[in-house]
Amino acid sequence: MAKKKTTATKTKTKAAPKTKKAAPKTGKKTARKSRATVVKSAKAPAGVKPKSVKKTPARHATAEDMAQRQREISVAEFFMKNRHLLGFDNPRKALLTTIKEGVDNSLDACEEAGILPDVKVSVSPCQEENRFLVTIEDNGPGIMKAQIPKIFAKLLYGSKFHRLKMSRGQQGIGISAAGMYGQVTTGKPISIVSKTSRNKPAHHYRLEIDTQKNEPRIIADQEIEWKVTSGTRVEIELEAKYHKGRQSVEEYLEQTAIANPHVAIEFLTPEGETLTYNRAAKELPVQAREIQPHPYGVELGVLIKMLHDTQARTLQSFLHSDFSRISTRVAKLICESAGVSERSRPSRIARQEADNLFKAINRTKLMNPPTDCLSPIGEELILAGLKKQIDADFYTAVTRPPAVYRGNPFQIEVGAAYGGSLPGDKLARVLRYANRVPLLYQQSACAITKSMVTTAWRNYALQQANGALPTGPLVIMVHMASVWVPFTSESKEAVAHYPEIIKEIKLALQESGRRLSLFVRRRKKAAESQRKKAYIQQYIPHIAIALREMLTLSDRQESTLVKQLTDVLERSRS
Amino acid sequence: MNPSKKIAGQITDTAAGVRSKIQRRNKPTLSFPLRSLTNVTYQPKKGFLQLKGKKKVRTLTVATVKTFAQTLRMMSQAKSLVETDEIMTKREAYYVSKNWEDARFDEQPESDTVIDDIEALFEVNREQLGFIPEEKGGEVAGKLVVIDRDSDTNKPLRIDCTKFGSGAYSIPISVEHLKFETKAKFVLAIETAGMFQRLVKHNYWRKADCILVSMGGVPTRACRRFIRRLSDDLKLPVYAFVDCDPYGMFNIYRTLKVGSGNAAHINQFFCVPNARFLGVTPQDIVDYELPTHPLKEIDIKRARDAIKNDPFVQHYKSWQDAINQLLDMGVRAEQQAFAVHDLNYVMNNYLPEKLGNARQFLP
Repeated sequence: MAKKKTTATKTKTKAAPKTKKAAPKTGKKTARKSRATVVKSAKAPAGVKPKSVKKTPARHATAEDMAQRQREISVAEFFMKNRHLLGFDNPRKALLTTIKEGVDNSLDACEEAGILPDVKVSVSPCQEENRFLVTIEDNGPGIMKAQIPKIFAKLLYGSKFHRLKMSRGQQGIGISAAGMYGQVTTGKPISIVSKTSRNKPAHHYRLEIDTQKNEPRIIADQEIEWKVTSGTRVEIELEAKYHKGRQSVEEYLEQTAIANPHVAIEFLTPEGETLTYNRAAKELPVQAREIQPHPYGVELGVLIKMLHDTQARTLQSFLHSDFSRISTRVAKLICESAGVSERSRPSRIARQEADNLFKAINRTKLMNPPTDCLSPIGEELILAGLKKQIDADFYTAVTRPPAVYRGNPFQIEVGAAYGGSLPGDKLARVLRYANRVPLLYQQSACAITKSMVTTAWRNYALQQANGALPTGPLVIMVHMASVWVPFTSESKEAVAHYPEIIKEIKLALQESGRRLSLFVRRRKKAAESQRKKAYIQQYIPHIAIALREMLTLSDRQESTLVKQLTDVLERSRS
Repeated sequence: MNPSKKIAGQITDTAAGVRSKIQRRNKPTLSFPLRSLTNVTYQPKKGFLQLKGKKKVRTLTVATVKTFAQTLRMMSQAKSLVETDEIMTKREAYYVSKNWEDARFDEQPESDTVIDDIEALFEVNREQLGFIPEEKGGEVAGKLVVIDRDSDTNKPLRIDCTKFGSGAYSIPISVEHLKFETKAKFVLAIETAGMFQRLVKHNYWRKADCILVSMGGVPTRACRRFIRRLSDDLKLPVYAFVDCDPYGMFNIYRTLKVGSGNAAHINQFFCVPNARFLGVTPQDIVDYELPTHPLKEIDIKRARDAIKNDPFVQHYKSWQDAINQLLDMGVRAEQQAFAVHDLNYVMNNYLPEKLGNARQFLP
């Protein structure tokens, strides 16, 4: 009974905005009528009286009718309906995605402000079943009061979309989507406390998102005491499910700790346990520089828009200043090649000329984009991260030189841990990272997985079934650092299959495989020699027993023989 | 010297050799005669396949340490059998090895091979080492009195092989202690139990004055040794009556007459050099218009192999001719095939006709 009630109320709330905003009465009527006809005709095939179908022809809608129903769709509405696109498919994943978005934002903010991140995550159960209060707190720079509502309660609002610089967040959807999910499933607003400096008070906001307008609605706004220098705390109550093991919050935090050894994380589980992930490195990663787009990565439409928006007065200076790797000389060359005067005003360039310009750019040989926009973890820190979280006998790390796909610089890093307490009879565990963020879902759709299974691990003394991951006590982490990681969806779960990316990953895997195989082979050899020794020891006593029996030797003579024989065979082995 | 004491002495010597090598910090070795057809020769004067003397040396290494240990333990077992005049079947030897912990045998063929190795090592037969086979020897009917001993009273036991009715006397595993009396003119060694039954049922031995022996396929060592003793002690000719196919000719008849390549070290005792081949010959197929089957692939392979590798066949032109004739005809015939004419045709016509011309038999 209780269940029925809740579904009933849900449909009501959903229906409510429709009636409010619905088009004039006539339109509404037609819609109803047409729906009725559809129902009838659908019944007909199974029905008893086919005659009635003939008599009621469907009334088709006119263009005017349709126009009355056509209206703008807000991003928020779109993503509320399609929340699976953002990683809110089910309660389990919703919990993980919420925490992930919060922690990613905290780490990005801390690093940009040059603060060693201390992040506290807590998941505590609420009174209702399957409801949790998630809190993410950091020691970051805090957020200016005026920005708080938009950052947390407006989708596609952020600082990272328009710039080319390596960061965890990209689109400005994540945390506001998490808030919206909480709001939809529990009706509770998102709560934010933020403090920007010791002398200023902390601001406490309670926000809702107006899904039709994609605008924040402020429920509460007050100044409060918060005894920290600076930082941000986000609280979201949401419908969720807590679990352990694969794709759990714990796994995400552990993997985050591996790829971010400069981070300290504290996690309070719903059971009241506190898990800590200690800091293994005292230095922040080098801040990546922001760069201008590389011409090879720009499409015609974007080029036209850039021409229109630029501040530059001449085409030559536009090319030089708005792109990376175009000197004034090269800019002039491009203009000549396109047959356009380098002095012409960018905003006056016509469609055809833009096309020529676009082709000319792609004809011209350009330097690869600068790579200081990337901040790889580095081999040393990868080793530190792996050693901190994984108990193994052998560790190695490879950082490849930067490479380029579609004009975007990227860099691949691979870390491997082998042996120790890792299970030897299972498939290797792959930890996938994009810009230091662990990817836990859609493993099979990811370019990293594809590179793993298409690498011939058998060459590196590991077992591998056809088209599968290698088997053995192995953990492999693969990190892709890029100004723009090409994800297969907005929920950022898998890296798209660009051949350039797969090639780089495979090169890094092969290099770590070579190092690993040295270790594995050496260990196998040692084990083999140990096994042989044990084998000899098994049978030598029997030779001595037989000789004692046949030659009626004493026990002492027998044990002397065992010693001598062991000697003889040991010597022959080496 | 008492033969069993001699064997015990040989075993002790070998063991002492192994020990002294170990004491000198050398890898101990055991050398065995190579047991295969390539390592035998045929000399008609001796009348059996003889080892040529190629040796296989087994050196103690990591790879051979297990077999080496097993061989030595089995040798020790043989020594105690010989010394206590005890016997042990091959199967029992396999079970005794279960006490040897890591050195135990997992399957009987493994322990059988080791026993065969030891047998070859000392160039004796395994019965002399105290190891006896499970298999039974074969069956005998006809004009023969076997004198055995009662194992309790040790009194002589006279066994008249004419008095088994439709049954037969069963050849024991060890035949060395038997004595014989007979008035028969020859021994007929028969391949199949079916043919043997037919001849016994109609008391063919009485009509032809002979001893009938059923070999039941390839004759066991005991069966070969038994026929050999009949041949030696009673000075009786031995005629073999087998199927006309390469298996009957070589696996059965050749083994009976000159022994096998695999156990060449004991052929000396287990062969019947005086045996002759009564039939069925390829020419018989033609003469008696016998129904035939085409030669199987394995038959052809076996026949070609005999011409190429078998020292016995290589020695006798008449055998090479017979094989080539068979290969040309491309068929084989069984000894029961005479039933096409009449059930007792073989008894009333074929055997008397052939026996009337015993000099024509293949060697």
